[in-house]
Amino acid sequence: MSAVETSQNLTPSQAAKLRRTAWYRQPRFSRLWAMVALGVLLALVTGEQGNTRDIFYSLETTFTGGGLWVCLALTVGVWVLREFAGDGLKGLAEKAKPGTVAPLAAVRGRFQADKRLRWGLIVLALVLALAIPSMVERYWQTVLVDQIAIFVLLAIGLNVVIGWAGLLDLGFFAFFAVGAYSTAFWTGRLPIEPPVVLNPFWVIPIAVVTCLLTGLLLGAPTLRLRGDYLAIVTLGFHEIIYLVAKNADGVTGGPQGARMIPDFSIDFAGISYKWSIDPLPYWYLLVFFIVIVIILFSRLEHSRVGRAWTAIREDEIAAAANGVDTVRFKLMAFAIGASTSGVAGVVFTSKYGYINPEVFPLLQSILVLAYVIFGGMGSIPGVLIGAAALVWLPEALKDYVDPSDRYMYLGALLVIMMIYRPQGIWPSRRRQRELKLAEQGIGDADAMSEPAGGKF
Amino acid sequence: MSLQEFWDYLVLGLMLGSLYAVIAIGYTLVYGVLQLINFAHSEVFMVGAYGSLIVLTLVDPGANPSMLASIGFVALAMAGSALFGGVTAYGLEKVAYRPLRRRGAPRLIFLITAIGASFFLYNLAGKLFGRDPSTLPEMYKNENVFTIFGAGVNITQLLQFATAVVMMIALDLLVNRTKLGKGIRAVAQDAEVASLMGVDIDKVISRTFIIGGVLGGVAGFLFANLNQVSYTMGFIPGITAFAAAVVGGIGNIRGAMLGGVLIGIVETMTVPLLGDEWRSVSAMVVLILVLMFRPMGILGERVGRAA
Amino acid sequence: MTTDVTSESAAVGGPASDDADLVLQTWDVTLRFGGLTSLDHVNLQMRRGEILAVIGPNGAGKTSLFNSLTGAYTPQEGKIVFRPKDGGEKSLLGSKPHIVNRLGLARTFQNIRLFSALTALENVKIAAETRLKAGPVSIMLGLPNARKAERLSDERAHRLLKFVGLEDKLNEIAGSLSYGDQRSLEIARALATDPQVLLLDEPAAGTNPTEKLELEQLIRRINTELGVSVLLIEHDMRLVMSVADRVMVLNFGKKIAEGTPSEVQQHPAVIEAYLGSSAEDAAAVQEVIAEHEHESASDTEDGQ
Repeated sequence: MSAVETSQNLTPSQAAKLRRTAWYRQPRFSRLWAMVALGVLLALVTGEQGNTRDIFYSLETTFTGGGLWVCLALTVGVWVLREFAGDGLKGLAEKAKPGTVAPLAAVRGRFQADKRLRWGLIVLALVLALAIPSMVERYWQTVLVDQIAIFVLLAIGLNVVIGWAGLLDLGFFAFFAVGAYSTAFWTGRLPIEPPVVLNPFWVIPIAVVTCLLTGLLLGAPTLRLRGDYLAIVTLGFHEIIYLVAKNADGVTGGPQGARMIPDFSIDFAGISYKWSIDPLPYWYLLVFFIVIVIILFSRLEHSRVGRAWTAIREDEIAAAANGVDTVRFKLMAFAIGASTSGVAGVVFTSKYGYINPEVFPLLQSILVLAYVIFGGMGSIPGVLIGAAALVWLPEALKDYVDPSDRYMYLGALLVIMMIYRPQGIWPSRRRQRELKLAEQGIGDADAMSEPAGGKF
Repeated sequence: MSLQEFWDYLVLGLMLGSLYAVIAIGYTLVYGVLQLINFAHSEVFMVGAYGSLIVLTLVDPGANPSMLASIGFVALAMAGSALFGGVTAYGLEKVAYRPLRRRGAPRLIFLITAIGASFFLYNLAGKLFGRDPSTLPEMYKNENVFTIFGAGVNITQLLQFATAVVMMIALDLLVNRTKLGKGIRAVAQDAEVASLMGVDIDKVISRTFIIGGVLGGVAGFLFANLNQVSYTMGFIPGITAFAAAVVGGIGNIRGAMLGGVLIGIVETMTVPLLGDEWRSVSAMVVLILVLMFRPMGILGERVGRAA
Repeated sequence: MTTDVTSESAAVGGPASDDADLVLQTWDVTLRFGGLTSLDHVNLQMRRGEILAVIGPNGAGKTSLFNSLTGAYTPQEGKIVFRPKDGGEKSLLGSKPHIVNRLGLARTFQNIRLFSALTALENVKIAAETRLKAGPVSIMLGLPNARKAERLSDERAHRLLKFVGLEDKLNEIAGSLSYGDQRSLEIARALATDPQVLLLDEPAAGTNPTEKLELEQLIRRINTELGVSVLLIEHDMRLVMSVADRVMVLNFGKKIAEGTPSEVQQHPAVIEAYLGSSAEDAAAVQEVIAEHEHESASDTEDGQ
C-alpha cells in the first residue's frame, strides 16, 4: 500500500478511487451547494419580518413563498453562467479590460495626478455643498445636518485613528458623547453646576480639549498593549461611558439626559446672530468646521506625523528601531482623532437641543467604523464619500426596505467589502499599496501585531 | 454586605463565571489557531440560544412533564443549541474568514469582517424571530436542590454549573489527549511548521471553530434558560467573556476558565456593593486593570504551550 | 529609562584607562528564553571608530546580542553601556528601542524591514525626522518651524540617499526596489538618525558578488567618511576578513574568541566551532571557509 501511495503515477486502484469520489463532492458541485445556500440565505434576508409570538412565521412564509424560488433561480443562474458559459464571459471581460478602467478608479487616478483638476473638483464640491441644501426639502436639510455632516466629521476623526495610525478603535462614538455632555455641562443643563455658563461657541475648544484628554486617558494605559486588545478595551470604554451616562443620575441626568440646550449665537463686534430651528445655518456652520478640519488634517497626513503613523502601521518594530516613539505617536493619533468628536458633539447637542444616553449606543461606534471602511481607510475623500453615502442610503431606501433591517444589510456589506474590496471605494494610494504588499507577505497594514520590544 | 449575602453572591458568581468560562474558551480556541479575535462568537452564543428555543417550540414540553421527560427535553434543547452553534461557527469560518486567510489579509481586515458578520447575524436573527425577547418553554419544575454555605442552588443553576464544568473537562481532555487536540496545539504553536508536518490546517481550524461553536451554543442555551432569548442577548455576555479570555491570557484554555470565573465573581459581587446597573462596568474595569499590570493576562498566552 | 551608571561601572568594569575609547561595552550579558540560554556572559568591547564583526555559526546568539544591545530584548543579567561622543555613560539595558536609537545606536535587520508601501525618500525622512521637533499643532497651522523641519529632513534624506547611491530612485516604492537597493535603503534610513554606532545584521545575505563589493566599500565609507563605528554580523567570511578591524566569535551564546581577523582565523576554538570537531589543521579550515564562500556566492547567483 505504502509503495502505491508514494508513486507519482496513478495506479488503476487509485484512479478508480478518484472516479468513485461522489459526484456531489466535485468542486463544481460544491460550488453549486454554496450557491444554493446563498440563495436560501438571500431569501431569508429579504423575507418577511418575524415575530416573537410565532417564531416560525418568517421561516414558514419564506420557505413556502415564491421569494425563495426567485432567489434560488438567481444564484443557481449565476452558477450556471459561471460554470458553463464561464469561458465566454471571461473572454468578454478580457476584451473589455484594456482601455476601460473602472470608472471610479479612473476619476481617482486623474484626481490624484492632476493638481489643477483636483482643486477644480474641490471648489466645485464646496460650491455644491453650499448651494444644493437650500434647494432641497426641509426633511433632507435635517438629514444633512443632524446625520450626514455630523457623521462626516466623526468619520474624519476616526480615520486618523484607524486609517492613518492603524489602530482599531471600537468606541469612537464615546468621544462624541463626551463632547455632547460637555456641552450640556458648560451651558448649565446638567444637575451639576458649571463654574460659568457659556455660549456653545466657547464650549467648542473646551470640548475639544476634554475629548483630547479623554483620549489620552484611555490611550495611555492601553496603547502599550498589542493592537487587538485595544479593540476590546475601546469597546469596553464606550460601554462604560454609556452606563455612566445612564446610571449616574446626579451628574449626567440619568436616562432623562439634558434638555433645553441653547443654540449657537454670535454677539460680537456689532454682529449679532442666533442659530435656531432652521437647519440651513447649522449646515453652513458644519461645512465650515469640516473644511477647517480637513485642511488641518491633510497637512498632518503629509508631514512627519503622518509619515510616522504610516511607519508604525507598516512595521512597528522597524519604526521604533529608527527612533520613532511609537507610543507617543499612537497617543497623538488617538487624541487628535477624538478632538473632532468634540466639535461634532457640541454642534449636534446644540442643534438638537436635548440629549440622553440612548443617543449614544454602542451601535453608533460600529456605524462610524463602517463608514470609514466603506469609503476607504486613510483617504479623506473616501471617508467623506463613505460617510455621506452610507448615511444617505438608508434614508433614501426607507420607503422600500424595512428600516429595522438596515443594520443587517450594513453588516453584510462590511463582510462583502472586506472580502472583495478591503481598500474601500476611494482608497488612499498608500493604503492600497500596503494591502497589496501585506497580502504578498511583505509588511503589515495595521498596528495589530506585537508592539516594539516584544518578540521578533 | 452580610456574610450570608457574601456566600449567596459568591455562589451566584461562580455559576455565572462558569458560563463566561465556556464562552471565553470559544474566543481563546480561535485566537490560539488564528491569532484573531472572533468578534462574531457572541452571535454563535445567541444562535445557540435560538437553537434550543426552536427545538423546544417544536417538541413542546407542555405543563408538568415527568422527570424522565424533563431530562429528555433538556438533552434535546442542549443538542439543538450545540448543533446551531456549531453550524454557525463553521459557516462563519468558511464564508467570512477562509477567503481572507487564503489571501493573507492583515488582521485589521479580519477584525472588521468579524464585526460585520456579527452585525449581520444578530440583525438577521432579529428579523427572522422577532425583536422582542422571549423565554424558553418550561422543561422542568425549577426548585432548590441543595444549599451550600446557606445559599440555595436550584436546578437551573445546577444544570448550568454542571454542564459548564463537564464541557470544560471534556475540552481539556480533547485538547490534551486526542489527535485533533494535538493538531490544534500544533497549529497554535506554529501553523507553518504544523502544515509541513502534515497537519491539515484548514481542517484543524474548521474543527476548532466547530468545537468553540458547540461550547458557545450550549452556553447560549444555559444563559437563555436562566434569562431570556433575544437577538441582542449575545453582545454583553460576549464582550464580558472576551474580557475574561484576555484576563486569563488569550490563547490559553485554562486561562480562559480562570478568567471567566474571576470576572463572573467580580461582576456578581458588584451587585450588592454598587448596584446591578454597574456590573458591566466592573468587568471592563477589571479587564483594563489586569491588562495594565499583566499585559499578557494572568496565565500568559497561547494554547500550545500552556494548556 | 536611561540612567547614568558611571559610579557602578567602575566597580564592574575592565581596565579603566581604556574605557573612554570604548564606545560600547557589555559585561556578562546573559539572556535566557525559558530553559534556553541564548547569550551566556558575553563581554563585548567596541572601540570608537572601529569596525567590529561578530561571527559564529547559526544560532550562536548573534542576533540576540543585537536585540539586547538595541533594547528589543532585556537580558536577565549583565550591563550594557554606551559612551556618547560628548562624554558620559548611558546604560542601554532594558531601554526602549527608540530611546536606544536616539542615544546614537542605529540598526538594520537581518530580514530587511522597510516601510514597503512608502517611497525610498519617505523611508529615510521618517528616520531623519525623529531628530526634529515639530509638533502636530505647528504642522497643522503651517508654522515656520514646521516648514523648516520638513525642509531639513528632506535635505538630509536626499544627501543620505546620494551617499548610498540611490539618488535616482528617490520616488520609487521601497517594496519594489531590488534586493540590493533595499539593503542600501535600509542602511541609509539607519544613518538618517545620525548614529555613532551602526549595527548591521547580515547585510551581505542574498547579495550577488558585485553588490557585495559595493557593500564593502559602503561600510568603509560609513566608517571613514561619516566617522561611524560599525558593528557587523556577517556570515560572508571574505567580507568580514576584508572589512573588519577586529572580529568577535560567538558559539552557543558564549564568546569563544576575539582579535584581528587573521588571529581569529587561526584560533583553535573557532576552527572547532565551525567544523564541530577538533581538527587542528588550519588549512582545512581555510578550505571550509573558501567552500562556504563559493557556495553562498553561487547560491546568490542562482537566486538572481
